[in-house]
This record gives sequence, C-alpha cells and structure tokens, in this order.
Amino acid sequence: MSKAASSSTRDPAWLRILAFSVTLGFLGLVVLVPIVSVFVNAFAEGVGAYWEAVSHPDALAAMRMTLLAAVCSVPFNAVCGFAAAWLVTRFRFPGRDFLVSLIDVPFSVSPVISGLVFVLLFGSQGWFGPILEDLGIRVIFTPVAIVLATVFVTFPFVARELIPVMEEQGHQAEEAAVMLGAGAWDTIRRVTLPSVKWALLYGLILSNARAMGEFGAVSVVSGHVRGETNTLPLHAEILYNEYDFTGAFAVASLLTLVAGATVVLKAWLERKARK
Amino acid sequence: MKGSNKLPGFGLSLGVTMTWLSLIVLIPLGGMFLKSATIGWTEFVDTLLDPQVVSAFRVSFSAALAAAAINAVFGPVLAWTLVRYEFPGKRLVDGLVDVPFALPTAVAGITLTSLYAPDGWYGRFLEPLGIRVAYTWTGIVAALVFVGLPFVVRTVQPVLEDVPSEVEDAAAALGASRLQTIRRVIFPAILPAVITGAMLSFARAVGEYGSVVFIAGNIPLQTEILPLVIITKLEQYQYGQATAIATVMLLVSFVFLFLGNYLQGRLRRRAS
Repeated sequence: MSKAASSSTRDPAWLRILAFSVTLGFLGLVVLVPIVSVFVNAFAEGVGAYWEAVSHPDALAAMRMTLLAAVCSVPFNAVCGFAAAWLVTRFRFPGRDFLVSLIDVPFSVSPVISGLVFVLLFGSQGWFGPILEDLGIRVIFTPVAIVLATVFVTFPFVARELIPVMEEQGHQAEEAAVMLGAGAWDTIRRVTLPSVKWALLYGLILSNARAMGEFGAVSVVSGHVRGETNTLPLHAEILYNEYDFTGAFAVASLLTLVAGATVVLKAWLERKARK
Repeated sequence: MKGSNKLPGFGLSLGVTMTWLSLIVLIPLGGMFLKSATIGWTEFVDTLLDPQVVSAFRVSFSAALAAAAINAVFGPVLAWTLVRYEFPGKRLVDGLVDVPFALPTAVAGITLTSLYAPDGWYGRFLEPLGIRVAYTWTGIVAALVFVGLPFVVRTVQPVLEDVPSEVEDAAAALGASRLQTIRRVIFPAILPAVITGAMLSFARAVGEYGSVVFIAGNIPLQTEILPLVIITKLEQYQYGQATAIATVMLLVSFVFLFLGNYLQGRLRRRAS
C-alpha cells in the first residue's frame, strides 16, 4: 500500500530534472553568483587593498555607526515587541486587529518614505524641527535620526515572530502560574520566555540584519557626513559612486558576511523550533 | 475591556505598545498625512501630473509588476523542488532563498549593477546579443526579481507541504496522469499562495530603493523610480511635493497589503 502511494506521487524523471535544473539555475544566477562576485570584487586588488579599505578610518566610523544603530534598535524592539505580542495574544479588546495591522505598517512602507516622515517631523522646515533647533537640538543629519529611522524600519520583526507562536501556545500555563501565586515577572521569565525563546531570538536576528543593512531610510535622514553619520551601507554607496569599487565591495563583503550569518542562524533556529 | 483571563500586564503592555506605536509610527505617519493635507489640492494634483512623476509611477509600478510575475512563475518551481525532492546540499539551496531577504539592499544594488554592466560577468554575454540590462528598465526588473524572490517561495512552501498526499493518490487512482494531478489538484491548491506571495513581492518592489537605484541609471522620464523622485524633491526642499508622492504611494501599498492579508485570511480559513 505504501509503495502504491509513493509511486502515485512520484514525478516522472523529466519533470524532476526540469524542476531541479530550473531551481538550481535560477538560484545560481540570481542569488549565488552575485554573492560570490561580492567577494571576488572585494579581493580583486589583493588582500592588502581589501584590508586597507575595511580598516580605513571612515570605514571604522561607519562600522561604529552601524553597530550603534543595531545596538539601540534591537533591545528596544525586543522589549516593545514582546510587550506588543503579550498584549495582542493574551488579551481580547476592541481595536485589537487594527493594532496588529499597525504593527506591520513599517513593512509596507517604502524605506524612503520611512526616512521622509522623520524629515517632516524634525527637519528644519518640519513640525518639531524649529522648536528643537531653538533649544540647540538637531536631529536630522545626526546619529539620533539614524537610530530613529532604524527603529522605525525594524520594529515589526520581533512582534511578528512572537505573535503566531504565542497565539498557538495559549495561556493556560501562564494562568496556572499566576493562580499558584507567581508574580507577573516570574510568570514571564519562567513560563513564557522559555517557550518562545527561539521565536524571540529569530525575530532579534532578523531585526539586527535589517538594522545593519538599512539603506533607504537611513540615506534620507543621514546627510552622508563621512566619519559622523555614515553607516556601512551608506559608506559602500559613497565609495561605489567614487568608482572605488574595491573599497565599496570590501565594505559590502562585511555586510554580506552578516547576511550569511543571519541565514545560517535562521535555518538553525527553525530546526530548533521544530523539535 | 480586559479579556476573560487573569493574566497580569494588560495595562503595562498596552501602555508600552501604544506609546511605542504612537511615537514611532502614528505620529510620524500622521504628520505626513497632515502635511499632504496642507499643501493644497492644486499643488497636490500638479505634483502628481508632472511628467517626471507620472513617468516614475509608470516605471516603478510596471517594473514591480514584471518582477512579481517572474517570481510568480519561478517561485513555485523552487518551492516544489524544496518541498518534494531530497538531494544533497538541500539545506544550502534552501538557505540561498533567504539571502535576498537578509542581504542589505545597497549590497545587492552594487553587486547586480557590476554583474550586468557591459563588462560585467553577465553583461559580457548579454551585450553581444543586443540585450542591455544595466541602466535600463530591464535592470530594474532584474533587481526587483532578486528582492522579491523569498516572498513567493516562502509563501508557497508551507501550503505545498500541507497538500495531503491522499488527494494526489486519489487523483492517480482515478486515472489522472501525474501532470494532470499537478495541473488540476496541486496547482489550484497553491494558487492563492502564489498570488499572495506575488502581491507581497509587488508591494515590496514598488517602494524598493537600495537595490534599484544603482542599476536603474536614473535617467529622468526613462528609468527614474518613485523613491528616487521623493529623495530628489527632498534634496530640493520641496517637502510638499515629496509628501504628495509619498502619500499616494503609501495609499497604494496599503491597498495591496490589505488585499494580501485578505487573501491570506481566506487561505487559512479554507485550510482549516
């Protein structure tokens, strides 16, 4: 019987070969070759030129800015993403569905528009810009704006990963813990967090990847001040536009490594979560 | 208004979530809509009817549509191979699908441009055939195919996994050939997922900036995309015009997000 089942769902050889070669050909040309070419271009002028590009003071400053954006936005997303997921999965209240869609909004907004909204708020012609300027505070074209734009574009990631998992798990275990006298923090720390840790970690990794790689939103608000408000992607852009291809791809190769690590961790976490 | 359970933290989580959503999403976006309301109807319409803006709308939407269509064809084939076949290196192939999602858009942009440039690895072969990709509309589509690929594959994959093999057995037992089974049984089952994935890919592609701006060449009236027009307007301190374009783009992408969610909701209801 099982043999019959397997033969009726088995594809003819030509179909297998076709699907297989389309998959490998497409992924190879569209994804694999571009990744390989990043590294080939980065090392085109040798290891020395590569090292010079990634250890240049402007590149180091860009690395610091990128790390700062990630370090500020990721923990923020962890706390707020968890709070949002807790709210929409543990309670029923009017406007809940609307709230869930609101969380997703930054996903559907063009990165350039994400930057634009902050220019409208804090730019010299913006809503709060003039008031803040009188107080001596500048936001646009400073690291603050970069962090704000990064938080905006990354914040759905954690909530989005947590919501389906927490929804599925229900809240019986938590209610039992509360009934038995556990406090709110103990319940979250001992009951909720252990069961959602993989989804949480997954959301954090995705949010980190986006924070480090964000380009459009950051480009609009940064002003591209070298050594001050340049992130790694912006630095790669500047070098590229100056025809310093080795430099641009050397910086790009660092970001590609981050992306590679993200994909590997994601695959690992998915297997963990399935077990 | 609190739910029926006795869990703590309703007030706190509501407070944190609302503060955070208001500060980061509602106020900035609301500010944008307010701004677009203050610029006046004539300027709003004039901005949108400007030939440069009309052309950018056409370029952005047509390229996004073409890329979504290409992904709608290839995405399901990739999902099929990943779900149905076992082969060495499958995990690597599966990981490659996620790369466009994880790779910074600017990196994708400069890499694809260098590949498709006339002296690049791909351009070298395409140029003699008379096919120009870099700095043309085709180049924009190539970048958007890269960016949108994971959306289709990852939407179709779980649906394909859930197609019960009994249905296929039944089709085969009733005398259907394998190809008929695929066309009549499997294809209809995954079609809503393909459409949803293509819509997500389209929505992302319309607003995409980093991966496109390098390869597009940015020739006004030809290969200029909407996000770039917004940036140009901002650099000229034309905040009103930039906002008008952004508002229309945003409304369009909300419509698509809504349609995508609606389709996905129907999909889930049908599955359960």
